[in-house]
Amino acid sequence: MRLRLVLRGREPRWLVVLLIAIAVVIVFAVTAGPIRLAGANPRAAYQRYLITPLTSFTSFTEVLLASTPLLFTGLAVAIAFRAGYWNIGGEGQFLAGATGAVATGFAFPGLPAALAIPAGLLGGVVAGMLWGVVPAWLRATWGIDEVVTTLLLNPVALLGVQALVTGPWRNSQTGFAVSDSLAPGYALPTVIPDSSVHLGFPLAVLLAALIWIVMSRTVTGLRVRAVGLSPDAAAFSGIGVRKVHFGAALISAGIAGLGGAVQVLGVTHQLTPQVSDSYGYTGIVVATLGGLSALGVLLVGLLLGNITVGAQNASLALQLPPQMGQIISSSLLLAVVGMLVFRRYRIVRAPRDTAHQGGAE
Amino acid sequence: MNDPVQPAPGPGGPVSGGPGSGGQGSGSEPIAPLIELVGIRKSFGDLVVNDGVDLAVDHGQVHALLGENGAGKTTLMRILYGLTRFDDGAIRVDGAPVRIASPADAIAAGIGMVTQHFSLVGTMTVAENVMLSGVGLGRVDRAGAVAAVTAAADRLGVAIDPGARIDRLSVGEQQRVEIVKALARECRLLILDEPTAVLVPQDVEALFGAIRRLTADGLGVLFISHKLGEVSRISDRVSVLRRGRIAGSVPAAGIEPRALAEMMVGRPTVGVRRTDRPAPLTAARDGSADGVGAEVEADLVAARGVDVGTAAGPDAAGERPAGTAAPQRLRPPALRLRELGLSGGTARGRDLLTDLNLVVQPGEIVGMAGVSGNGQSELVQLLSGLRRPSRGTVEVNGIDVTGASPQRMIAAGLGRITEDRHASVVPGLTVEQNLVLEDAATFRRGPFLDSGAVRRHASALIERFNIKAAPTDPIGALSGGNMQKVLLARALAREPVALVASQPTRGLDVGAAEFVHTQLLQRRAAGGGLLLVSEDLDELLALSDRIVVIYAGRIVGDLTIEQADPRTLGLLMTGQRLDEGEVA
Repeated sequence: MRLRLVLRGREPRWLVVLLIAIAVVIVFAVTAGPIRLAGANPRAAYQRYLITPLTSFTSFTEVLLASTPLLFTGLAVAIAFRAGYWNIGGEGQFLAGATGAVATGFAFPGLPAALAIPAGLLGGVVAGMLWGVVPAWLRATWGIDEVVTTLLLNPVALLGVQALVTGPWRNSQTGFAVSDSLAPGYALPTVIPDSSVHLGFPLAVLLAALIWIVMSRTVTGLRVRAVGLSPDAAAFSGIGVRKVHFGAALISAGIAGLGGAVQVLGVTHQLTPQVSDSYGYTGIVVATLGGLSALGVLLVGLLLGNITVGAQNASLALQLPPQMGQIISSSLLLAVVGMLVFRRYRIVRAPRDTAHQGGAE
Repeated sequence: MNDPVQPAPGPGGPVSGGPGSGGQGSGSEPIAPLIELVGIRKSFGDLVVNDGVDLAVDHGQVHALLGENGAGKTTLMRILYGLTRFDDGAIRVDGAPVRIASPADAIAAGIGMVTQHFSLVGTMTVAENVMLSGVGLGRVDRAGAVAAVTAAADRLGVAIDPGARIDRLSVGEQQRVEIVKALARECRLLILDEPTAVLVPQDVEALFGAIRRLTADGLGVLFISHKLGEVSRISDRVSVLRRGRIAGSVPAAGIEPRALAEMMVGRPTVGVRRTDRPAPLTAARDGSADGVGAEVEADLVAARGVDVGTAAGPDAAGERPAGTAAPQRLRPPALRLRELGLSGGTARGRDLLTDLNLVVQPGEIVGMAGVSGNGQSELVQLLSGLRRPSRGTVEVNGIDVTGASPQRMIAAGLGRITEDRHASVVPGLTVEQNLVLEDAATFRRGPFLDSGAVRRHASALIERFNIKAAPTDPIGALSGGNMQKVLLARALAREPVALVASQPTRGLDVGAAEFVHTQLLQRRAAGGGLLLVSEDLDELLALSDRIVVIYAGRIVGDLTIEQADPRTLGLLMTGQRLDEGEVA
């Protein structure tokens, strides 16, 4: 007897919920060992990771703050992946966006907040798009694989930021490798009193809602989905596959750039090489776990923000290494992606001797 | 139905068929055949691909297996080589049953296969490639591999440098390396799957020389082909596979290509029949005359090299006696191809399509017959807007759409049904989304997709075309027949002036196929012009007003339905020239 995967006809609605539940159980089972080895009680650790951040007002606002950049990069990746354009360059586009926002601030230091904030955000979007346009153009014109080109531009962006802050933009007061701070007009206002949650969070939620409407309710969304699911069939139906790829690539890069700008204007207020804590790469995790849907990105972004805050908490309270949080979210990615195979396939038992399709068909 | 067990290459007959090979084999001994397939059955779902196939290859025999595409040749080969499991039947080697469940089993049983697509590593040498196939754990025996190559090359009667890099070799040489690989594994039966398809004529001669030397050694060869000429030259015995069954098995000596062609394509057995045939066809519309007119017109264009598009219609109408067909002649042709050419990147360096001239009038079905790979898919891609022609023009309903986007072609009145259903629908989208994908912009309300209109559109088509699915079902979950109905619905909903349908019933069960045929005939009756590209001659003969034959990217025959019969078509499709007076 052996097991085989067979294509499902139709997917029951409860299936996704069940699969994710199973994935969570698997993650607990797999990570309990390492947590124990690190000298903590797994149950107490999970409590810290998942529950504690939600129990106090202060830590809850920290969750919102921590999830904000992940929402932008997650949405950026989701929109590109939906169109079948594999933009792995969110990290570089995020850094480019941060740089663009700072450059705008340096260029127009005297603007009032009502103009400075839109200008700074726009600077981030444009810079992100500029960072993403070359791979998009190479793909559309020469069919060059964007996975490689977007990925390779990430370290280039980081080196660029380092060059700026150790060169022309080196801090004029301290001499440290960070830029000068932006003028006060460029600071995003906080939206929750007594917290550092800034305008970027509602902006991300608004963007998610907008993307959800476009993808599910408009002709453009239908075309983008068709291109992502089956470029051949989309081309056959008269949809300009290259145009869709190019457009999705630019919008994706623009959103990632916007995320970088938001992080600068809302949190760091200056350019530092650490402005992105791998947000671009984590965005891939967020988008994939969220099933490439805007709603999913919102939920997973908040969950990962939660785990990030929880990991800080756990490292203080339980002396767990902070990397344990990353181990948990990475295990979660693997488990969920693995389980989601069963959305499309189910397992059947096939007795060896009467197996029909032994061939490669 | 035949006698596969009987050794064919007796001392008598076949010797004259292939010089020197048959007579020297072990045919004089009354022993069991080298390889014997008994009652092989294989089905994929409802589709029976091999239906009780009996086939035997003797020692020293070249046994040709002939058949149209889709006849089941490839599946049979895959079964014999252990790539596909069969449902029922048996395989015997030297009279003893063997179990072949994997290529390793097949190799152990002495079976070697050379397919059209070589499995060679381009950056490695000949000897290294031969080594690869036998590589296990432990030391690599380089000297042994070189010796094996040299020995096998000797047997083949060709010179092969064991140290030559594969990517420096010609296609013919690479094929010889594949044969060497099989020989190095001590194969006794060599399966050659359409070996000449990739070769230039000189390489074909070399291949045939090699085959003769090998069979003189006692090796059996199973030679798969659909080229009648070479089959009668090289083989000792010919078996014809048709619709998964052996339609006949005869000695190759003194063989009649005509008889083979007839065996290959068979007789019309399609369920749907044209009700207007035979009488109303010529009386009402004079379809054959249209065809001739089109030919003349195309010739004129070819000769003058000028655009006679505007003049052609009235001219043609003027030459014809006024009759019931006259009003139709005032309409532009549904589809007109002029001097259409497509340069290709084939290994042979020849064009994929050459000087295609074709006119499809409104209310006419023009069938296009041909063995697959002769340019049909390229033509359909071109007419679908997925490829741009290198030369010539395409007109739909009098509108020049040469090189236009799919959108413009659809707008001009072209409907398309392609052979690859899965490349025409987006499996992950629903039935209703697929139905509106081509003209989603017309289902817009403000900035949004009008989901009510989409649903109504889908429900109406689902009812009209009897599609067994709900509008919100993912289309990937539908059966082949229902998926084809969705495509048909999408193409026909716009009442296209011209409809290009490629293999519209391939893989469908009888009921679904009949439904598709009925719909195509209805489109014709409503004044649509259809280009029906099919490898199923029964289908073509049952539906078409005229049949053109495509071979090597050229139209090599243009027959009225009265002239077209399976034998004639079979000869044209396999690249034979018709005798004088065969077709008036």
